[in-house]
Amino acid sequence: MALLQISEPGQAPDPHARRIGIGIDLGTTHSLVAAVRHGVAECLPDPSGQVILPSVVRYLEGGGRQIGQEALAAQVTDPGNTIASVKRLMGRSLSDLSVRPPYELLDKPGMVAIGTRAGEKSPVEVSAEILATLRYRAEDTFNADIDGAVITVPAYFDDAQRQATKDAAQLAGLNVLRLINEPTAAAIAYGLDNASEGLFAVYDLGGGTFDISILRLTRGVFEVVATGGDSALGGDDYDRALAQAMAEQAGLGPIGALAPAAQAALLRQARLAKEALSDSQSLQVELELEGRLHRWALQRETLMACTAALTDRTLAAVRRVLRDAQLKPDAIAGVVMVGGSTRMPAVQQAVQAFFGKPPLNNLNPDEVVALGAAISANQLVGNRGGDDLLLLDVIPLSLGLETMGGLVERIVPRNQTIPTAMAQDFTTYQDGQTALALHVVQGERDLVADCRSLARFELRGIPPMAAGAARIRVTFTVDADGLLTVSAQEQVSGVQARIDVKPSYGLSDDEIARMLKDSFATAQQDVQARARLEAQVDADRMILATQSAMAADPDLLSAEEREAIEGLVEALRAVRAGADAAAIEAATQALAQGTEAFAARRMNKGITLALAGKNIESI
Amino acid sequence: MNLQSDDFELFGLQPQFAQDRSVIDERWKQLQRQAHPDRFADQGPAAQRLAMQWSVRINEAHQRLKDPLRRAAYLCQLRGAAVDAHDNTAMPAQFLAQQIEWREALDEAGDMDALEALAEQTRSQRAQGFEHLAHSLDVTGDARQAAGWVRSLMFMERFSQEVDARIDRMGV
Repeated sequence: MALLQISEPGQAPDPHARRIGIGIDLGTTHSLVAAVRHGVAECLPDPSGQVILPSVVRYLEGGGRQIGQEALAAQVTDPGNTIASVKRLMGRSLSDLSVRPPYELLDKPGMVAIGTRAGEKSPVEVSAEILATLRYRAEDTFNADIDGAVITVPAYFDDAQRQATKDAAQLAGLNVLRLINEPTAAAIAYGLDNASEGLFAVYDLGGGTFDISILRLTRGVFEVVATGGDSALGGDDYDRALAQAMAEQAGLGPIGALAPAAQAALLRQARLAKEALSDSQSLQVELELEGRLHRWALQRETLMACTAALTDRTLAAVRRVLRDAQLKPDAIAGVVMVGGSTRMPAVQQAVQAFFGKPPLNNLNPDEVVALGAAISANQLVGNRGGDDLLLLDVIPLSLGLETMGGLVERIVPRNQTIPTAMAQDFTTYQDGQTALALHVVQGERDLVADCRSLARFELRGIPPMAAGAARIRVTFTVDADGLLTVSAQEQVSGVQARIDVKPSYGLSDDEIARMLKDSFATAQQDVQARARLEAQVDADRMILATQSAMAADPDLLSAEEREAIEGLVEALRAVRAGADAAAIEAATQALAQGTEAFAARRMNKGITLALAGKNIESI
Repeated sequence: MNLQSDDFELFGLQPQFAQDRSVIDERWKQLQRQAHPDRFADQGPAAQRLAMQWSVRINEAHQRLKDPLRRAAYLCQLRGAAVDAHDNTAMPAQFLAQQIEWREALDEAGDMDALEALAEQTRSQRAQGFEHLAHSLDVTGDARQAAGWVRSLMFMERFSQEVDARIDRMGV
């Protein structure tokens, strides 16, 4: 009988063990977590068997919180402390918001905040509560720590909204592998399931956002050709339109003028009626509002009529995206429907009429995004399986700089494949000018005032020269998550400035630290212990990666180089078991630096092999 | 092969104007399969940084190679006859006269038929321009003459975008 192996304390029992990657669909109305188990992506249920978690957080008397179903149930009785549709507030300032929720919003520089009985809450904190709940669900399911997560965002989210989402995931203690776009995730789940090839449109109408993406699918490559949408249009707006029509019919006037509890009750009733009208043609509804009983007889046509303008807005976005992609509707092989709101027959009919073919909806529109994210996460944590997929996504909105006269100079046009880096030269306006104010904006309009302001920063210390003599090269780098970094350099003197585009709306390190302290996600954990744990996970990952690289390409290292790298690995192992997070991080960093040249050689080898038409795995 | 290789070397293509778009796209995907940061997500920040550099470089080359006009401008530059679109706007008088004529026609075009006719006219002129461009790059090897054609085609491209924009507005 073979002897069983027992690993050394503190070491991974098996370096080749499957690692756990989860996909999270953080939605406006509900959220899901999925993972690949036994080779198949599936949504993970809570103990009662529900996979859907309503994206609602309620702050209770005494510091407690309710998240999900319980909070949703309290929406009508405690509207001021029950936060729903928080996704609409992510990365947004008060002046950006056209629809006011029944809870209190506070005008803060950068991002709006929410006033609750538990004090002021950032939308990032509220989202982190939802994400942490899903993280616990996944940890309980696997009875293990999670190695990493892919979080989905609407394709049409701008830089501020993406950064806020990433902050929330980090606050919830998740290692973010990648932010991926919801339609792309849906295409992964759909495409892999159906072995599809060709051009596909993904029509994603969620609770609060609308996305339309055109993708080309070829042998495991998911190439986004163009994307567009409206990050403030979704099922919520259909509810509101129906609620407004009901209020008018009952002589109640504009719903914004109703008391918060009545407004919440009417919106809830409208949502239920909307959902019921997907299955039946007509419906009787009654509701007691402010002491009076109201009755409505609703037809499917009533809903269609009061929401037709919303559906038309989605089709206008579809038209624009097809124009960007230089395609006619009949070039599209199939239209994938995503998001609960696509269950509405009116939406199905409109999409069918536009594309001239019935949309594809053989996957559950609520689950498909989380499933695609799980497949992606599984690959990104390093579980190489049969599905060798590659995502080539694009940036949804153009990025530019303010120039004289409040005009926008576009640096990165929309629908550019990411990652990307693009540069443009600028010059000074006055003689002897020694500094340059740079204002980074995102959007499609020509005037700065009509675009979204992302960041302002200054390049100082330019040697005095005649106006127009300086050459200032500004480089925009967008990473695979769609997040922007801007750097500027004066070419003659070499003066540099650089910014991760975060300060104008993002959270400062102090704010993050405060939130971590208050957060439910970490309430039970010592912050230091967590830092150590994270440093250890990073160290293990680095050691494992180094070893597998050395095993795969031993010929790329000289004997001395091999010895040097092994020394760094040993040094890292030695500090790894200790309690000093900073020492572990430093040793990990040293190993990363020591292997950089080796990594570059491996990369070159890979590229050369690719040119020879061979795949690394096939050698 | 390194990050400084030119676009054609990087994509393993002959440095000439005539290219098969499907080959360019195929190579692009092959290269990204090897270099995309997602391939190195579990291999530490140094590998991520390198992968990002390669991936950015491959996307840059793809953008330039797939667009015939940018590809031609790039070839002119590689052959020592940079197009210098911003500084060198001296165009032949005959060409400028035609541009003025087209702009007048665009201003006067009152209906869809007139616009479509103008669009068709520019399309055929551009097709001819590209034939001349291909000839001077791939047959006679005259990069200076090719650069002149690139400049003319840039004017024509801008004009036909304006025509398309008018057609779009009328279509709504």
